Amino acid sequence: MISYRLHRLQKQITQIILLVPLCPVLLMSWCYAQSISSVELINNAKNYNGNTVVYKGEVIGDIMVRGEYAWINVNDDKNAIGIWIKKELIKDILYTGSYKSRGDIVEIAGKFNRSCVEHGGDLDIHAQSIIKISSGSKISYAVNTKTINLALGLSCMILLFYLLRVRYLKTAG
Amino acid sequence: MILKPQLKDIKHIGHYLGKVTIGVGFTCFVPFIMGLVFGEINPALDFLVSAEIALLCGLILTWVCATDKELNWMQGMVVVSSSWLVAMVLSAIPLYLSGHYKSFLDSCFETMSGFTTTGLTLVQDLDHLSYAHNLWRHLGPFIGGQGIAIIALAFFMKGGAGSFKMYVGEARDEKILPNVIHTARFIWLISIVYLIIGTLALGVVGVLIGLKPQNAFFHGACVFMAGFDTAGFAPQSQNILYYHSLIFEIVTILFMIAGSLNFNLHYQLWRGNHKELRKNIETRTFLLSVMFTFFIVTIGLNKLGVYSNALILFRKGFFQLISGHTTTGYMTIYAQQFIREWGDLALVGLICAMALGGCACSTAGGIKMLRVGIIFKALKQDIRRLAFPEHAIVTQKFHHMKTVFLEDAQARAVLLITMSYITIYVLGALIGVGCGYPVLNSLFESTSAAANVGFSCGITDASMPTILKVTYIIQMWAGRLEFMSVFALFGFIVAFFKGK
Repeated sequence: MISYRLHRLQKQITQIILLVPLCPVLLMSWCYAQSISSVELINNAKNYNGNTVVYKGEVIGDIMVRGEYAWINVNDDKNAIGIWIKKELIKDILYTGSYKSRGDIVEIAGKFNRSCVEHGGDLDIHAQSIIKISSGSKISYAVNTKTINLALGLSCMILLFYLLRVRYLKTAG
Repeated sequence: MILKPQLKDIKHIGHYLGKVTIGVGFTCFVPFIMGLVFGEINPALDFLVSAEIALLCGLILTWVCATDKELNWMQGMVVVSSSWLVAMVLSAIPLYLSGHYKSFLDSCFETMSGFTTTGLTLVQDLDHLSYAHNLWRHLGPFIGGQGIAIIALAFFMKGGAGSFKMYVGEARDEKILPNVIHTARFIWLISIVYLIIGTLALGVVGVLIGLKPQNAFFHGACVFMAGFDTAGFAPQSQNILYYHSLIFEIVTILFMIAGSLNFNLHYQLWRGNHKELRKNIETRTFLLSVMFTFFIVTIGLNKLGVYSNALILFRKGFFQLISGHTTTGYMTIYAQQFIREWGDLALVGLICAMALGGCACSTAGGIKMLRVGIIFKALKQDIRRLAFPEHAIVTQKFHHMKTVFLEDAQARAVLLITMSYITIYVLGALIGVGCGYPVLNSLFESTSAAANVGFSCGITDASMPTILKVTYIIQMWAGRLEFMSVFALFGFIVAFFKGK
């Protein structure tokens, strides 16, 4: 019985010893899959400069095509960062964020540049791959009836005031 | 003995304030129409309600305080300073109704920042703001840059001695044309002509760099209004970085410089007097000051190796420098990068540029180039006085539209305003430090607010303390009006309570 327990303990220790060197590798792969926030990237730009990063957010504004490439701006709710990406990789982007639409949520993997030599020193990401996490949509707004009522009420007050003034001016002579 | 203001003083002020309020009301119809055109019904309704509130207040004020008398100096100054506060509150209504501001104070901060052509912003989720609300944010600088009272003078008033007092109260002591109403209309003519040219130029560039035509011309109009009026607002959260374009940056720089030049100088150029550009004390001082502050910024950036080559250093360094010096506040870097990457020396260079500002009688803020030039001339005169025999009469002249002999009283007035600016920069910084922010950050943000620049190193945020928001609002307001009319308003309030 004791020899069985000893054998089991020995086996467990061997497993732990084998797993310990694997921990950083597992941790790194976990970190790589985790997207980095814009605040983290901007505040620690020097540390991330030249590294491959994963960044996730909503595509906002216009897609600006420049030859074989395009600029898209991706906002993660704190800041928007410019992504330099091959034109063929953005075919799936259908919605970009504006007043009338929620943009597609995308995850970008690419090289982060604190001050991009190719683009006049801009802080940007040169995308290597892009995954569309979720599709955006058109936003429909219900007409605000409270504001309509307020506008009508104010219109009546202005009209009433104007009539009173005209009457006063007539009476005053 | 302080004399208590009489009822007639209040009536005069109320009457003219009412006219300005009506002006704000009519202006609300521009984004209202914009909202209808772009099918943004709720934003359009926000502007309809705001226009009606402003018109109603204005009509009541002009009726209750009806008068046909001219304003005296005190009344004129009080009308101007209070007009800016009233315009701030009324213009904040549609922004608050948009739901993009955390509090009404934040939307007041935004409108004061716009009217004073500062450009500090507290907007939330700017990238999803409607065209109508975005236009309103940019229309604010276009109105405030030329002057809220100047609108009223140009379009709602007949002229007279009272008009000149309002004109002066808005920090415009130079008459371009003999009649102040004609001067106000000329300022608007210049601005509208430039608006058309600027919108077309930036719109075409926008199309070429890949923006949709509709957005290109909308962004063109917005960026022009906030660039020429040295405000620094932009339709997207990344500011000018959004466009990723050198040509867009170059065109923006040209309009920032144009906006920071004296309207009187524009008039001379329109008349074909190109020599004035070379001879004028302001343009000479501006050139020297840009060179000197850029030298400091370059040394600072180079020392820390912030940018990998000279071309990039020039593009990033010069854009931020000229944007700060013209008190525009457009950025092609992130706010946090100022503090985390630029280093102290480059920041000091930038703070100096912001503090000095653009030209007098322009849309720019800060101490102004004319004053800086006069201070140096006065210093030169004093040094010459020491060097010359005691009985020698030492004169000093400078060229500003014409040759002017410098008088001691003029130098004293210039120093007084300069001291007021420096005091307000330091006071704002002290309040920032009191709120727990580092000294350099606080000085940077305070100078940016009081000189109506709009650069932020990260302090200006919806979560900053209320006292700091109020401080920056006061700094922006006092800095834009160059103190005199603000002092007059405080004097009026004190006299009201303590006068006999």
